[in-house]
Amino acid sequence: MSTSTSAGLSRGPLRRFLDYAVLSVLAFVFALPVIYLLLGSLKPSDEVLNGLSGFLPTHLSFDNYSAVLDSLNSDSTGYFWQFMGVSLLLAFVVVTGGLFINSMAAYGLSRLKWRGREAVFTLVLLLMLVPFESVAVPLFYMFNDQRNTLLIQALPFVANAFSIYQFQTFFRSIPPSIEEAARLDGAGPWRTFFAIIVPMSKPVFASVAILTFLTQWGSFLWPVLMVSDPSVRPLPLEMSVFQGQQPPDWGQILAFGVLLVLPVLIVFAFFQRWFVQGVASAAVKG
Amino acid sequence: MKAVKPAQSVRTNRDWLHGLLMSAPAVAGLIAFVGIPFCYAVVLSFYNVRLGSPLEPTFFGVEQYRRLFTDPDLSGPFLRALLNNLTFAVVVVPLQTCLALGLAILLNRKLKAIGLFRSLFFMPVVFPMALVAVIWRLILARSDQGMLNSALDAVSFGNWGAFDWLGDGLTAMASIIVLSVWQGVGFQMVILLAGLQQIPTELYEAAQLDRASRWQQFRHVTLPGIRGTLVFVALLTSVLSFRVFDQVYVLVKGGGLDEDAARTVMYQAVTTAFDQNNIGQASAITVVFFLIVVVLTLIQRRVVRPDDS
Repeated sequence: MSTSTSAGLSRGPLRRFLDYAVLSVLAFVFALPVIYLLLGSLKPSDEVLNGLSGFLPTHLSFDNYSAVLDSLNSDSTGYFWQFMGVSLLLAFVVVTGGLFINSMAAYGLSRLKWRGREAVFTLVLLLMLVPFESVAVPLFYMFNDQRNTLLIQALPFVANAFSIYQFQTFFRSIPPSIEEAARLDGAGPWRTFFAIIVPMSKPVFASVAILTFLTQWGSFLWPVLMVSDPSVRPLPLEMSVFQGQQPPDWGQILAFGVLLVLPVLIVFAFFQRWFVQGVASAAVKG
Repeated sequence: MKAVKPAQSVRTNRDWLHGLLMSAPAVAGLIAFVGIPFCYAVVLSFYNVRLGSPLEPTFFGVEQYRRLFTDPDLSGPFLRALLNNLTFAVVVVPLQTCLALGLAILLNRKLKAIGLFRSLFFMPVVFPMALVAVIWRLILARSDQGMLNSALDAVSFGNWGAFDWLGDGLTAMASIIVLSVWQGVGFQMVILLAGLQQIPTELYEAAQLDRASRWQQFRHVTLPGIRGTLVFVALLTSVLSFRVFDQVYVLVKGGGLDEDAARTVMYQAVTTAFDQNNIGQASAITVVFFLIVVVLTLIQRRVVRPDDS
């Protein structure tokens, strides 16, 4: 029993070999679409859609990447760096703005005692039940004269009931003695929050930030409704426009795809632990 | 130095103001962008209102709903969309949950580089759905040079040829299901893995002392141990199933996906609002969508929460 694993089974070298074999085969099948994306983005366009030989890495180059930057380089098509800039800007505003106001609200709703806060918190929990999909149409109608602006693309996603819920769950677990000590030193609620609570809540800030970033980066439904002007078009919407070109230039389309997913992959690589925690805690929402 | 006031009462007085001020921005945002639009959707669904129409909106009663369910021209696509969502949920929920459970069990081991494998299976979760749709558009391409077609051609010794996976009414929904499962299974896997790791090792040790086979351990230790998480994941997946939109939209607009065979409720809502400018009708679709989602969510909360396991 000395070698018992988390699954509680003792394993010999053969078992371990079998485990790796099964995992590797599965991982390979699972990774095929990603490999296909990467290889395709490095191959000449006429070879991408080339049956199984599409997997043979013959004369790879970064030509498609420079071609994407060249073909998305006019006012009518929009500029690649503009799409990237719009996506980065929206993600930045939604993530930082969201961290700020949602954590503050969660603190006000969970650690300060005031009449009516239970009612407000219940309202937040109720609004958490409403998926964005069910308000997209009325929002589209209400803000129709604001279409093609950056502001309306970001604004509906800054306040987030689920983020408040995540923060609140974390703050609830902080021992009250910490705040009491701060208050005895004369710190008001704002200073207590920003100088004491925020620094000790890094894990929850990290998972909320990453989950918000992930959701915002892939956001598609709202831009479909609100954006037609290429100068304020975010990357995922342009992905859809770009792949609809006739005739399709597959090498360029896949290179565009790699550039679209690259920022989120970088974040994923560096903050994987928070990513997984954020996702697992997202599960509580449903 | 002023005289020390009774600290408690000062604090409570100020807390009222501070608490309200701190909550105000986020709560105001939620009311403006979720609460009001949601109520507005319900109101709009009782009106005949079109975007850009010179006519004033007129009260319509339940006419929008009646049309959705009984008007032959409108109910056809809408009921088809409902049916498609239902098919999607009925296939994806068991398929994706079982696959995620299998992966989670495989990955719940103390092996070297296991973290690498976990990341690999989780990776597609971070891919934007618009990109996932494009990658699979190529894999499922209708020409005999599409990846799936040429792979099938190779294993059937040249007897396969070309098949239009996305364009054929029979396989369009299946295609959407496959690419959605590929993208989403890592998400469920991570939750189930967390559930598996909460099962005490002693239970397995006890089972081994009782000479329980691996299957018996799975039946009598693993399954009961993650029952709660499993039910939770299944219900969560069913809610997500009704929100499917991005991949369908991308592939209908540019990928030759059979529109009728793959349209979903959200796809109907967006095309009705955006392409037909029919806000009243789209709002009614939205309300029906919300009712479905809220029923599923309430079942989920009633039945189980992940911490129960």
